[in-house]
Amino acid sequence: MANAYYEKIARINLTTGEIKVEKLDLDLARKFIGGRGLGTKMLYDEGVATVDPLSPENKLIYITGPMTGAAAPSTGRYMVVTKSPLTGMIACSNSGGIWGAKLKYAGWDAIIVEGQAPEWTYISIDDDKIELLDAREYLGMLSEATDVTLKEKHGSDASVLNIGPAGEKQVLMAAIMNDKDRAAGRSGVGAVMGSKKLKAIVVKCSRKTLDVIADEEALKEATKKALTVLRENPVTSSGLRQLGTAILVNIVNNVGSLPTKNWQESYYEQAEDISGETLAEKYLVKAGACHRCPIACARVIDVNGRVTGGPEYEPLWAYGANCGNNDLNIIDECNMLCNEYGLDAISVPCTIAAAMELYQRGAIKEEDCAGVPLEWGSTKALVEWTKRIGNPETELDWLMSSGSARLCEHYGMPEVSMSVKKQEMPAYDARGIQGIGITYATSNRGGCHVRGYMISPEVLGLPQQLDRTVPDDKAAWAKTFQDLTAVIDSMGHCLFTSFAMGAQEYTDLLNAATGTHYTAEEVLEIGDRIYNIERMFNKAAGMKPEDDRLPKRLLQEPIVNGPSKGMVSQLPLTLPQYYEARGWVDAFPTDETLKKLGLDECIGK
Amino acid sequence: MIEVRLFATLRQGREKIIMLESETVSTVGDILRKLDIPTEEVSILLVNGFHKKTETPVQDGDIVALFPPVGGG
Ligand code: SF4
Repeated sequence: MANAYYEKIARINLTTGEIKVEKLDLDLARKFIGGRGLGTKMLYDEGVATVDPLSPENKLIYITGPMTGAAAPSTGRYMVVTKSPLTGMIACSNSGGIWGAKLKYAGWDAIIVEGQAPEWTYISIDDDKIELLDAREYLGMLSEATDVTLKEKHGSDASVLNIGPAGEKQVLMAAIMNDKDRAAGRSGVGAVMGSKKLKAIVVKCSRKTLDVIADEEALKEATKKALTVLRENPVTSSGLRQLGTAILVNIVNNVGSLPTKNWQESYYEQAEDISGETLAEKYLVKAGACHRCPIACARVIDVNGRVTGGPEYEPLWAYGANCGNNDLNIIDECNMLCNEYGLDAISVPCTIAAAMELYQRGAIKEEDCAGVPLEWGSTKALVEWTKRIGNPETELDWLMSSGSARLCEHYGMPEVSMSVKKQEMPAYDARGIQGIGITYATSNRGGCHVRGYMISPEVLGLPQQLDRTVPDDKAAWAKTFQDLTAVIDSMGHCLFTSFAMGAQEYTDLLNAATGTHYTAEEVLEIGDRIYNIERMFNKAAGMKPEDDRLPKRLLQEPIVNGPSKGMVSQLPLTLPQYYEARGWVDAFPTDETLKKLGLDECIGK
Repeated sequence: MIEVRLFATLRQGREKIIMLESETVSTVGDILRKLDIPTEEVSILLVNGFHKKTETPVQDGDIVALFPPVGGG
């Protein structure tokens, strides 16, 4: 019976060139949905948690969800699941565009890439036909040029995923790009691709729709309801289309939680200059959208005469306030450079910010900087150091390209790195917004906001307004947000649908497409299971309880300026509450919790 | 004086920052009426950086920031 899976996985061994077709384990798919959940379970079972992330033994799983490509809202998503070279723990980076949907239309739920190619290779997928082709001539090419060139070769109906020079050089903050400006950005997944000498994956498909839906009528009905909810909500109907995520610059600044100069301050006087409003006024060409997305949050902008993808809130903040820079045109340019080199546009500017603080403190000297000193707000430094991180040559280039944690450790000032599990934290100060600190500290992939977006209730008032300044109830909220997010990521929807949609809407869509009969509670329990399997992967990879932490600055140095002046994170209070809500002791699930969640195979591990 | 900051679509046809004599308004609701902003168009309402309601009193020196419904991540 049709169930929204093609029940087919390709296992591609780049060392031997062997390509095997395997059947999807449907029971496992039911238990972990797909995408992030199923991908993590598969990676766990492959036994790679202890391997060197950049060795041929690591595996790369490109995986869709059951909803990827389905006729439902915002379903263009796929995920890259692997062991992260940045954090040494689980990586799951999610991207939109259309590549994921095409992979699914070509008939594949997932592809597992293992080994290491003897020479630079790219993979071509055309429905059932998978080939390994010579990529030597594309080596060193920027991401967009690679996209264009491979499309010229394979046809304009092809969709291209690739790494830029950063991934080729195994830069620990390298992203995987697809459809030109969409990125599986975080945790250095691009470096793993580079370590396998895999430059790109081109996908073509003859299907135009997902033709294995369990109950077409029910899906139509559930989609109609979901679309109504999205249309009636002002955020998803017009807010994100008009101003994108960039709108947050002014909001977060006005609540005194916009980290400035590497989190030394939390209110940026020049925020208006780098805001969504200013971006729209000066550079916006139009809104853009991923496959089947009615929300259209993406920005298409004009950067010095070139029409290209524009910055999200995160790079606006990271290249802006966090580096003490209010030149928006430079942020646009740096964001474009991140796309071109294939870099994480959060971790890279945050590492530059950390380096600027090291420079301010005298740890990095002017003579180390090869003519481009790391001064606060220096636009030249932002552009040049982004390029250097994307294509490192000197010793300091390489140090910078390994992320802020390793950089600051090297200079004996680990506290200057504003990271969790060696991954840089995003654009919300967890001293001024208490709940987001729980998300940062406990995120299985390190510093990240989209693993439980507490900004919704604490700042945006969705689904209800919580007091951002107090720790009360935040642990339980964070857990629920984390679990629901795990479900959305696993289904293959964009997380932004959740500004309007709730657990019931997702459950209805999932049941209609896959033929299950889950209740919303059961679906949230799957989310809980996914969060726990990620945690068990991390445990196997050597994670320690003290890795669930926040940088000392957030716990011990009160905010110095703006409306949240005087606040610190109350994580020591909320973390035990969170563990209790999860059924964890010392950061890991108890045997009882594992049993309850049906993760018996992890007991005693 | 009270500083009123308007954002996103609330700026259409209005200034970004409006200074009001504190004697002329006593609550956030008064400010909305004075600026002809329908309550339902405002979803985030901050006084000195903290979320408040329309009935919240305002006084000299306050900064009031108003946003329409917005999201992001
Ligand atoms: S909301 Fe934005 S990121 Fe999400 S699918 Fe739509 S356009 Fe893409």
